[in-house]
Amino acid sequence: MTNAQKNRIIDKSFQVFGIVCTFFGLAILAILIYNIVIEGAARIDWDFMKNLPSRRPQKAGIFTAVMGTIWVLVLTTLISFPIAVGAGIYLEEYAKKTKLASLLEINIANLAGVPSIIYGLLGLEIFVRIFGLGGSVLAGSLTLSLLILPIIIVATREALKAVPSSIKDASMAMGASKWQTIWNQTLPASIGGVLTGVILAISRAIGETAPLIVVGALAYVPFAPSSPMDEFTVMPIQIFNWVSRPQHGFSVNAAAAIIVLLLITFIMNGIAVYFRNKWQKKIKW
Amino acid sequence: MKFSEKIIVTLLKFAASITILTTIGIIMVLLFETINFFKEVSFWEFITDKEWTPLFAQKHFGILPLVTGTLLTTFIAIAVALPIGLTIAIYLNMYAPKGFRKTFKPLLEVLAAVPTVVYGFFALSVVTPFLQSIYPDLAGFNALSAGIVMGIMIIPFVSSLSEDALYAVPKTLKEASFGMGSTRFQTSFKVMVPAASSGIIVSIILAISRAIGETMIVAIAAGQQPRFGFDPTVPIETITAYIVQVSMGDVPHGSLEYRTIFAAGITLFAFTFVLNSVSFWIKKRYQEKYD
Repeated sequence: MTNAQKNRIIDKSFQVFGIVCTFFGLAILAILIYNIVIEGAARIDWDFMKNLPSRRPQKAGIFTAVMGTIWVLVLTTLISFPIAVGAGIYLEEYAKKTKLASLLEINIANLAGVPSIIYGLLGLEIFVRIFGLGGSVLAGSLTLSLLILPIIIVATREALKAVPSSIKDASMAMGASKWQTIWNQTLPASIGGVLTGVILAISRAIGETAPLIVVGALAYVPFAPSSPMDEFTVMPIQIFNWVSRPQHGFSVNAAAAIIVLLLITFIMNGIAVYFRNKWQKKIKW
Repeated sequence: MKFSEKIIVTLLKFAASITILTTIGIIMVLLFETINFFKEVSFWEFITDKEWTPLFAQKHFGILPLVTGTLLTTFIAIAVALPIGLTIAIYLNMYAPKGFRKTFKPLLEVLAAVPTVVYGFFALSVVTPFLQSIYPDLAGFNALSAGIVMGIMIIPFVSSLSEDALYAVPKTLKEASFGMGSTRFQTSFKVMVPAASSGIIVSIILAISRAIGETMIVAIAAGQQPRFGFDPTVPIETITAYIVQVSMGDVPHGSLEYRTIFAAGITLFAFTFVLNSVSFWIKKRYQEKYD
């Protein structure tokens, strides 16, 4: 065999190996979803959605967990959205290339790499103990807000960066002030990218378990929260609780709850992708 | 500037400074509780004792078993994610048709969007029984299964970021290599990977950092038995799983047990901080090599 032939065989084999690797990841994903659907799909009915937690697996439902997740979702969005977008605007439009800006940039890159459970420890000490919020929905939402700030800030900056300077220059030339330009031109033009970032960050927050456990979200909560100061649980913690129990009935419950959680996660990711494509198509400079 | 605009800019500046406050908060909280911890436990015991039993009557406070547990699961995860992720990156960049890359790159990223508690369930109820059918002595909770599943989760970190790095290599290098008669395989490993090495290394470091901080998979599937050593077939405990274990119980604020989770937390933070800083440094240092 000549060298050229040998090289061609190596080249072809690597191509096959590449295809195998690509589909390996997707195959695992398919097996995961298949197993969970087989195990849990039959368990999902209206009773499962609206029942309170119970010691008997057949009677237990995810109502308190779903309500807790919705509470956390809404509060986290309300807290993180204005702060993150404000920070993104400041960094991209006002603080460009100053010493402070580069410090903030390094800091945000570092925060994005901090494990989520560390945020839990921060929330436990600051929000739960020092602010005296206890293991409440508010304490959990504040903690998750800090966790997703870096994600939304980075997305906001990317979106603002994509707006061409001709738009801003035209606005300034018409006599608009800097803030008027940002508020009336730059922000509306980039809102698609900003929203994509927000939705992706929120969908990450829905799946977060560890920081909320550390902050003191409980595994067993008999009632759905009715105010930000109430104690709460969320779907991933409910799943974790069911997974940790030995009876098979709870494992079925966990699989059923995972189906609901995955649906929510995938739908949110789908919406984000849709937004991104729609805005990319609509605005052609 | 008008007065009202000055107020707006001040508010925006405040919003940006919250990120700084977060970092300061994390460091202060971890340091404060850890200093209190070391008032009762000697630092020497913390870093040399091979037992970690703060919740037992016979208390030992050696962090080493949690560190070896964390390193073990991380090593297994990287052993899975690195070869597969890098191969995918090279395949998508050098071999696959353009449309294939555009479809499969985001599709693979779905792996990273799945909540980790779901992977924990998968490791415990599917992967562990499967591995036990091959190797019957495997314990119900073990580092192997958790590590493998964690590796699958972080495949897209390696594949997407490495592919970005390969994509950024100037076309001229690739074309020159092809022009000399190299195959795609030779071009990949002799030209492209070395040229994109800084980006690829950054992606690997980020994946390691992610694996060290991963919590729910190991908390569910790897067990809660701190054990000094590197046996992947027995139950172990990682730093993150220990913090979860204590948080699930009812530990009173201000007790020594309460402070152990901050001492464990600062150890975890130190690991990831060093890794993140190295990756940031590499990124800055080698960023515009070809521009």
